[in-house]
Amino acid sequence: MSCHEVARPRDAASGSSFRTIAVVGPPNSGKTTLFNRLTRLRQKVGNFPGVTVEHHTGHMRDGNGGEVALIDLPGVYSLSPKSEDEKVAVDVLTGNMPGTPRPDAILLVLNSANLHSHLVLAARVIALGIPTLVLLNMADELRKQGGQVDVLPLARQLGTPVALVSATTGEGMVAVHNFLASAAASPEPVELPVMGSTRGYREWAVRVGANARYRRPAAPVWTARLDAIFLHRVWGPVIFALVVISVFQTIFALGQPLSSLLQRYLDTTGAQLGRHLPAGMFQSLLVNGVWKGTGSVLVFLPQILLLFLVIGILEDSGYLSRAAVIADRTMSRVGLNGKSFIPLLSAYACAVPAIMATRTIESKRDRIATILVAPFMTCSARLPVYTMVIAAFIPDHRLFGVFLGSRAAAMLGLYVLGFLMAVITARLLKSTILKSKDAPFILEMPPYRWPTPSSLGLRLVDRGKAFLYRAGTVIMLISLLLWAATNFPMHHGQPPQVKDSVVAKVGHAIEPAIRPLGFDWKIGVGLLTSIAAREVIIATLGTLHGVDPESHASDLQAALHHELTPAGAAALLIFFAFAMQCMSTLAVVRRETNGWKWPALQFGYMTVVAWVAAFAAYNTVSHFVH
Amino acid sequence: MELKMIFNFMSGRRSRNRHRRRGTLSDLRVGESAVLSGMQLSAPIAEHLMNLGFIPGLVVKVLRSGPGGDPRVYRVDGTEVAMRRDLSRHIQVEVAGSPAFGD
Repeated sequence: MSCHEVARPRDAASGSSFRTIAVVGPPNSGKTTLFNRLTRLRQKVGNFPGVTVEHHTGHMRDGNGGEVALIDLPGVYSLSPKSEDEKVAVDVLTGNMPGTPRPDAILLVLNSANLHSHLVLAARVIALGIPTLVLLNMADELRKQGGQVDVLPLARQLGTPVALVSATTGEGMVAVHNFLASAAASPEPVELPVMGSTRGYREWAVRVGANARYRRPAAPVWTARLDAIFLHRVWGPVIFALVVISVFQTIFALGQPLSSLLQRYLDTTGAQLGRHLPAGMFQSLLVNGVWKGTGSVLVFLPQILLLFLVIGILEDSGYLSRAAVIADRTMSRVGLNGKSFIPLLSAYACAVPAIMATRTIESKRDRIATILVAPFMTCSARLPVYTMVIAAFIPDHRLFGVFLGSRAAAMLGLYVLGFLMAVITARLLKSTILKSKDAPFILEMPPYRWPTPSSLGLRLVDRGKAFLYRAGTVIMLISLLLWAATNFPMHHGQPPQVKDSVVAKVGHAIEPAIRPLGFDWKIGVGLLTSIAAREVIIATLGTLHGVDPESHASDLQAALHHELTPAGAAALLIFFAFAMQCMSTLAVVRRETNGWKWPALQFGYMTVVAWVAAFAAYNTVSHFVH
Repeated sequence: MELKMIFNFMSGRRSRNRHRRRGTLSDLRVGESAVLSGMQLSAPIAEHLMNLGFIPGLVVKVLRSGPGGDPRVYRVDGTEVAMRRDLSRHIQVEVAGSPAFGD
């Protein structure tokens, strides 16, 4: 068995070379690794119209020096359009996907360790009549574990060329280039099971495999050994807790300081930029609009990249599936599954990377539910707001002896409130609009593997780009809108005092709606500007009161007492715990769900919950404190 | 329950072994193996499971269990799959039978 040999059923007909190639394969076949190896950085991410399914397109050179476009389709087990993923794959392969040309050829990636079940997909793909190259991936692991297969008889039976490859090591890749250069003919008409049950296909696959002298590789010993520890009754949860703590620590203790460092750097450079420009509207637009907007996009990058580095290691190594098994029992109580755990945990640092991390959840409904509840987790942007209001209104008492101060208790209470609301919302969603009757928790457990630096690196580039281009534009747009609202109408060519600006007018306009919560128009303005980022309310209130919140924090706290009664302060805290005061989260939800439907629903729901809860808090506290 | 389709592929092979024990996947203990005989699940779920290798006639083994006994990890057809008991309860198996086909 030669590993570079490409078995062909007959000589390829000469003809025009391929333009568009679809990469098809089941999940865990190494399809993405292969796609990455072929296209490297020449790829971009997009969504097909109207679906949440994301896809990558990339470019590579064929053997003749021409350029071909590769479409990486979602991983599918079959072509019966039952799930959204499968429907997308079928639509693209049959030329029914708007905006995507029908592929001229298919690279079908199968895991050589799972030949029998993956041949079932091969039969269905080959039946489409599109020129196909079957790539039996993970040839290195197949050999190492004592498996084998002969490609020639396999090619003869399938009517398509077949090659043994390893996307990780690059073995056999020449087959792909030869295939693309030769413009091979449509599959030979061979006896394929056209109709029939999955079992019928399966019996055919066993026969085909036997004729190709297929021997399944032994189950990897290390996977069994590691699972005996990672899924152990006692050690499993202990290791899980350690992993979870280090994920959390990475984002909190490493990501946050990096983000603040970047923020400070951007603020300084913005100020320097401002000094070099003549004062006026243009300077303000550039420094406070464009530069600030760019900054509010960029500050998320360190956290996003770090989280995806950690998740990439967990996912590529295979541990993420084990973690899901460990966390599943707990998560099932709120109607979610184990895969939601790590995204929800990362939401304690920031909802933006957390929502991007939900892509590891296979079930669409569970993924949407996780996205919708993630912003209830107390993210770090809420902390400065909590700290300021708590310090201003809650006297520092000791509760329960030395263990808990009243302020710490209030902070803890807000964390618990956010968590409880997430649980309630998850249960609500999973018993109504996101009921997953037809998508139970079924999780394939891949063998453990070493994550490769190139695959981790490409993932970081990919996620970084996806965030900057797709979510960044929305964040930028809202930043500019907020800038305009605080800088118009101009007064003799100068920006107005905040109290005379458009945003103040809107603040006055919404005052009747927030009056029942004990808020006046100034707090209203703070609520509006905090859409840029929650902590912005502090700077806004500082400006409105003419107090620098950095150097004169206690003055601002004193000033707040003019604005808010203790009941109003309680309402403000509760409002911030529940409200969707974050354009970046909205932008990223839009990007991940490919539309405004879910972010709009989420914004509406969270605002209503926040208003009602704040109203209840205001009236309760008013009743007891005067 | 009209949504539920009954998948039963064991017709004709049933009377080969008199001593086999029938039950569901969730009755098996960790380390035990059995032959899949059918499933009572809606068509999309049944099809998904069959695509993963849960095809009647193949041998399934309970590899391990998560904390608290749920979900559990099974091996079938060279693939390891985790599922909860609320699902494995609907998958029928027969113990002590020989695989109907496969390797």
